Amino acid sequence: MPEVDLLQAVNMALTKAMETDDRVIVLGEDVGVDGGVFRATNGLIERFGAERVRDTPLSEAGITGLSVGLAAQDFRPVLEIQFMGFIYPAIDQIINHASRLRNRTRGRLTCPMVLRAPFGGGIHAPEHHSESTEAMFAHIPGLRVVIPSSPKRAYGLLLAAIENPDPVVFLEPKRIYHVQKENVEDDGKALPLDRCFVLREGSDITLITWGAMIVETLAGADQLAEDGVSAEVIDVATLTPLDTDTIFSSVEKTGRCVIVHEAARTGGFGGEIAARLAEDGLLSLLAPVKRVTGYDTVIPMPRLEHHYMPSLDRILTAAREVLEYS
Amino acid sequence: MAKAASKRAVKTKQPTFTKEQELKAYYNMLMIRRFEEKAGQLYGMGQIGGFCHLYIGQEAVVTGVQMAMQDGDQMITSYRDHGHMLACDMDPKGVMAELTGRSGGYSKGKGGSMHMFSREKNFYGGHGIVGAQVPIGAGLAFANKYQENGAVSVTFFGEGAANQGQVYESFNMAALWKLPVIFVIENNGYAMGTAVKRSAAKSEELYNRGSVYGIPGMQADGMDVRAVKEAAANAFDHCRSGKGPFIIEMMTYRYRGHSMSDPAKYRSKEEVKKMRQEHDPIEQAKARILEEKIATEADLKATDAAIRKIVSEAAEFAQTNPEPDPSELWTDIYLEAGE
Repeated sequence: MPEVDLLQAVNMALTKAMETDDRVIVLGEDVGVDGGVFRATNGLIERFGAERVRDTPLSEAGITGLSVGLAAQDFRPVLEIQFMGFIYPAIDQIINHASRLRNRTRGRLTCPMVLRAPFGGGIHAPEHHSESTEAMFAHIPGLRVVIPSSPKRAYGLLLAAIENPDPVVFLEPKRIYHVQKENVEDDGKALPLDRCFVLREGSDITLITWGAMIVETLAGADQLAEDGVSAEVIDVATLTPLDTDTIFSSVEKTGRCVIVHEAARTGGFGGEIAARLAEDGLLSLLAPVKRVTGYDTVIPMPRLEHHYMPSLDRILTAAREVLEYS
Repeated sequence: MAKAASKRAVKTKQPTFTKEQELKAYYNMLMIRRFEEKAGQLYGMGQIGGFCHLYIGQEAVVTGVQMAMQDGDQMITSYRDHGHMLACDMDPKGVMAELTGRSGGYSKGKGGSMHMFSREKNFYGGHGIVGAQVPIGAGLAFANKYQENGAVSVTFFGEGAANQGQVYESFNMAALWKLPVIFVIENNGYAMGTAVKRSAAKSEELYNRGSVYGIPGMQADGMDVRAVKEAAANAFDHCRSGKGPFIIEMMTYRYRGHSMSDPAKYRSKEEVKKMRQEHDPIEQAKARILEEKIATEADLKATDAAIRKIVSEAAEFAQTNPEPDPSELWTDIYLEAGE
């Protein structure tokens, strides 16, 4: 069983999907000869050829629309957009076409495409290479927003996304592409979509997060354990459709909840989770839900980046406030 | 398409420069080269965050275009923008300090390599999204037309960006409304790692891509500053006479990677070496200056030393200037009351 990091796991899943399903086409800017901007598609062109691993022109709107067309003809396009900030020219195709093809055609056509993009900050990149605008996509009915946060989940969730008959925006937390290595069995087994993952069980407080903030959140749980606090950590993984069952059953047990995300606060997906808890889980709560998030500013350049990103300290402060509330 | 007859540059006879023009072009190109070499070094030392795209090899393009510009003309480009800022006479210290993210940078350390602007110098950025500056450049030209100020917008983009849809939306509007805009396609042969032949239809004549809109275009040797200047002067004449937009495809080459991380799997070392040896814009200018005895080898060495000093001072400033205060996270998001 190979020990791989998150990026290698993405590569493994793509390779496996291409091996097992010849409808899978990988396309994007520099995905072929260069093997992708982060090398996620390294080696694919050598193995599967330039017909199925397609270097495209720099035209995000065009290649996204092209993928919708491929998917409508029952191919399984896996489109790479190099950075989250480069998706915006393609928003029209994603929202007006990919997400609505099934509904608009009353199921006659579907759009089984995956749009992969690295997202999030922490690699000293400029703004459009660092942002986390996952909530924009989570707002769109018809899309799935999936974010892996470990090599195993990257492998299993990407396979699931490719197998899924509807469009998936698959966001890869690039800050942790190389942070953790795991033994990932290359068995082609998909993990369930639309499910949250409980990474650590606990009884005193629920910490909910996704993407790269898993690292600080798990560290927070470790730190709380030293104070005798038992924290449960949930990786949301699929933002939409949201697995509220896992979240509610955790908060029923702990009565306290902190949501951590790197995206700006206002309109961030943490607000949606907090609202669901307020609507349907209020009586389980022993304290107000708190959010630890990025600020409502443009994600800054490297010299200020560490001030922006939610830190272990900010997570601990919020958790302790929630724990100390009555 | 007779009216919009596009043409390739006639390469048999190169235009000539006066002595002053030769020396100015040499100075400006060398300034860009030395600045970029230093930026590359600082990047290697971990001083620069937010990526960095070097202009080394392409110096003649912006230098020649700038020599044909008049006061009031605007310039806008993509993320490979350091050379353009220096050509617009922006302060090397402010540019370098922006690269290192310092408060004395043109964007107070909050913009980085791709995002610098100067209203005084009519430089409208530095833009990170491929091709997205092109409609903005057409908008600058639209404003010129409304104001009847006689100014021309020079809108630079790469041959990779020439495949973006919004470039063609801009071509249409610019032609429809006869906007005074020169679209300069800097064709360095590679869209990141993809050769132009692998990514563009009819890749040998990108200058012709406005022809369906009636926009005339021409190709110029972007490694020869004299050819660039002549092509640009011709385009400026066209725009200023109210005939609308013009496209110049500058055939150029970048010696370094697309950005500082580049697998370089898409071309051979020999190819890069051959371009450097046979087509380097600065070496060509130097050879002419020496051959025509415009200056001596010693004069040019002194010029180089003076440039290196300016660049070193910029680098020193960029490494010692204070970092932005954390409170800067909150500034310039909205206009604050009282501002």
